[in-house]
Amino acid sequence: MTTTDTDTRTKDTPAKSPRALARDRRRRSAARFWRQYRTHRAGLFGLAALALFVLLAVFAPLLVGADVQSVTKAPGLPLEAPGSEFPLGTDKDGRSMLGLLIWGARFSLTVGFLAAALSVAIGTLIGITAGHYKGWYATVVMRITDWFLVMPTLVLAIALASVLSRSIWTIILAIGVTTWPTTARLVRAQTLAVESRPYIERAKALGGGHSHIMTRHVLPNVMPLVLAQTTLVISSAVLTEATLAFLGLGDPTVTSWGGLLQDARDSGATTKWWYVMPPGIAIALVALSFTLCGRAVESVLNPRLGASR
Amino acid sequence: MTDASTGTTALADPDGPAPAGPSARGPRGRDAVAYLRYGAGKLLGAAVSLFAVLVTSFFLFRIIPGDPVRTITHGRAVSEEQLQALRRQFGIDKPLWEQFTQYCGQALQGDFGNSYQLHDPVGELIWNRLPATLLLTGTAFVLYSLIGVWLGTRSAWRNGGLGDRFNTGLSLTLYSVPSFWLGLMLINVFAVGVGFVPGMFPTGLMETGDGSTGLAHALDVAHHMVLPVVTLVAVGYAQTLLVMRSSLLDEMGSDYLTTARAKGLRDTLVRRRHAVPNALLPTVTLLFVNLGHVVAGQILVETVFSWPGLGGLFYEALSIPDLPLLQGLFFVFAAGVILMNTLADLIYPLLDPRVGR
Amino acid sequence: MTAAPLLDVRDLTVTYGTGAAAVRGVDLTLDAGQKLGIAGESGCGKSTLALALLRLLPAGAKLSGEILLDGEDVLAMKWGRLRAVRWAGASIVFQGAMHSLNAVHRIGDQIAEPMLIHSTAPPSGVRKRVAELLEHVGLPASRASSYPHELSGGQRQRVMIAMALACDPRLIVADEPTTALDVMIQAQILRLIEQLVAEQGVGLIMISHDLAVLADTCDRLAVMYAGRVVEQGPASEVYSAARHPYAKALSAAFPRIGDPASRHAPQGLPGDPPDPSALPSGCTFHPRCPVAVEACSVEDQELRGEADWKAACLHA
Repeated sequence: MTTTDTDTRTKDTPAKSPRALARDRRRRSAARFWRQYRTHRAGLFGLAALALFVLLAVFAPLLVGADVQSVTKAPGLPLEAPGSEFPLGTDKDGRSMLGLLIWGARFSLTVGFLAAALSVAIGTLIGITAGHYKGWYATVVMRITDWFLVMPTLVLAIALASVLSRSIWTIILAIGVTTWPTTARLVRAQTLAVESRPYIERAKALGGGHSHIMTRHVLPNVMPLVLAQTTLVISSAVLTEATLAFLGLGDPTVTSWGGLLQDARDSGATTKWWYVMPPGIAIALVALSFTLCGRAVESVLNPRLGASR
Repeated sequence: MTDASTGTTALADPDGPAPAGPSARGPRGRDAVAYLRYGAGKLLGAAVSLFAVLVTSFFLFRIIPGDPVRTITHGRAVSEEQLQALRRQFGIDKPLWEQFTQYCGQALQGDFGNSYQLHDPVGELIWNRLPATLLLTGTAFVLYSLIGVWLGTRSAWRNGGLGDRFNTGLSLTLYSVPSFWLGLMLINVFAVGVGFVPGMFPTGLMETGDGSTGLAHALDVAHHMVLPVVTLVAVGYAQTLLVMRSSLLDEMGSDYLTTARAKGLRDTLVRRRHAVPNALLPTVTLLFVNLGHVVAGQILVETVFSWPGLGGLFYEALSIPDLPLLQGLFFVFAAGVILMNTLADLIYPLLDPRVGR
Repeated sequence: MTAAPLLDVRDLTVTYGTGAAAVRGVDLTLDAGQKLGIAGESGCGKSTLALALLRLLPAGAKLSGEILLDGEDVLAMKWGRLRAVRWAGASIVFQGAMHSLNAVHRIGDQIAEPMLIHSTAPPSGVRKRVAELLEHVGLPASRASSYPHELSGGQRQRVMIAMALACDPRLIVADEPTTALDVMIQAQILRLIEQLVAEQGVGLIMISHDLAVLADTCDRLAVMYAGRVVEQGPASEVYSAARHPYAKALSAAFPRIGDPASRHAPQGLPGDPPDPSALPSGCTFHPRCPVAVEACSVEDQELRGEADWKAACLHA
């Protein structure tokens, strides 16, 4: 996408440094990207929903306060139906469901972002190196990637989460190290495509080393793809986090949406709709928003896939 | 005409041999040899993958916690003698290398040791629970593959239309819903009953246990299966639909479809005979690659519906945690996915003549 | 031009959904047994024209004018009638036979398909007919059980030709039939097409960017630029003494064997063909024309000259 005018870098004009030129070009292509993104209604919806959730999570301490998690300071009776005091009723300990839900957004989004960042970072690193260095390294790495690709990721994540100590980092690690293969495959394919372009040849001829080519030429060109992939991975990370929490592998000291559902199931309160419906809807909405954003980005980058407006 | 035919003979096969090579052995024999070589390669790859799974399952559950006995006891106060006894009991007092060779040898015979908690052989526990899982997964897999391919085809062919937007939107939404939550909701509505909806489907286990046999028993099992299958299909069909849709969209601009239309084929025939078989290939590949996700759905749905299969067993083992059982289940899940993928690899050449020749 | 010609295209205009005018008021006639070449750069509308003849353009494209095939207007046909005319009345040899053949079906089945659809051969006789057709285009009959990827480029193009002949059409449109092939095979395919046309008395429209190839094969030539025919006349005359500056440039673009002048100074044409959705005013060729005068940027030029040889240029 952004590579067509990369050549300007070498045809340096005296007025601007190459870096400034590159920056200009990036800004222009970002503006173009946003113009096209705006035409995807579903993508805009996803972005708006995400903004709302992020705001809720960031301002949760002001909105509901950390006390909302406390079992001992629970303001209501257990399993109160929604009413004027508790718009979404109370949980098994008499805590406000609405408050817990808002508080839970912090954990779910944090895990989603960090796990996806870890996963995409591993995937990008492996993808770029496997695409750049050919020969046995690429062969071995891609075989491992393929093997990971067919592995039941959740089982692997569960196994990891069950043998490590219960904490947010365990969950992030478990999700991050099991979900990178898709990204690695995509990035490798893109790397191969980028490296077949003539300006890479020129960079090599001008003495650009491996790391120069990978970080200065390949990385900027795979970034848009990585961005789209990140949003999609966040979506599945949020789902996986909820799943792990539901299976009792979450951090028991924090409130998460999956954890709320596990509480509901453990206390036999699954028939209380205000207990079960809101966390599930919240999980689905966040996952859907990220998916919609990811698809919109994808279809801007590759219009042939698109038509998802 | 004589003139023309001599002209034709002069023109005969001037392009040299086709890239497929010399036709001395005849196309069939050549294909068979190529297929055998291809199949052998795939089987070898599967064997390597299986060994990797074996290694992973061994080290994952032994190395990471440091001392599995500590994990069993979970920080409870246990005397050193008790720990030693436990170590001897599970054969983990020996050096790691010895443990590993022993583990591999036993695993190949289907022996994964004894469950910590249930004290039964892991292999036996898994074997007993296998049919229930195969029944549920198999039914769901077939159903959601068919539904996904069918709806994906319709969606792509009427790309951008109302039906397409509805299909895509619904599948994206269901794809974002956690399977266990959907299961809980379905139980609430259709098993417990809400408002005017009576609880019409039983849940928990796969049979009522009234000793019925034959058809009555089959119907009873089917009745128990409805909700878990619906859950698995609902969260599983989306991916098939989306992949089928996008690969068909990719095919739709293709020249061979213009050829088919130019031949005077009806639109439905162009789609069914030409576009779909080509678009099916990436879809089928992805269906099998994503079997790992099916396992995930399976574990959760079985847990929620108390289905007496491997997923439920996994959950039970997890809450203890029962390491040998988890290890054995991990191996079975991963091996199952690898075997299915290998099977798919062996079938592809029948779907796509370009593969495996 | 006696009685009803095999194909009579009158004032054909094709506009794509994006607003691009790919074909703008083209008139063409072709008699049975005659060979018409259509030349032009890529993007001049020649492939659009080929697809328009059987209404094969994507849904957004708007067509107007008349396409009389044996006196019947293709553009006015109902879908059922159109399907019946496709391939049985006129068939197409597409460019790039790799992508024009379906990779997952056997060659024989693909050749047999139109015969079964149009019932031009009894189901029992189809296999025999496929074998005949393959031998006719110089391929062994056993090739029927091969898949497209097992054939070479030239062989695939032969299959396309066999397929085009399957229902004994009255008209064959060959869209860049030799573009992707190397020169030797290109010549073989051209001889094959010529020979089959001569044998069966069908009308042939051959589309190519290579004026030399067309001049060699066809009776008449039409040169297209920006969706219009800018010169039309007898093949050898148009090739050797083109009247329109674009046709001149096109024939000069390929070095001529035995003509040292053209070898030492191959003449290209500066610039690119215009964007069909933003055409220049007046004569669409004037921005690139070496002999343009002021009037060219204002006045659109109609075809002029004798009935047999016309060019759309002020200087003609």
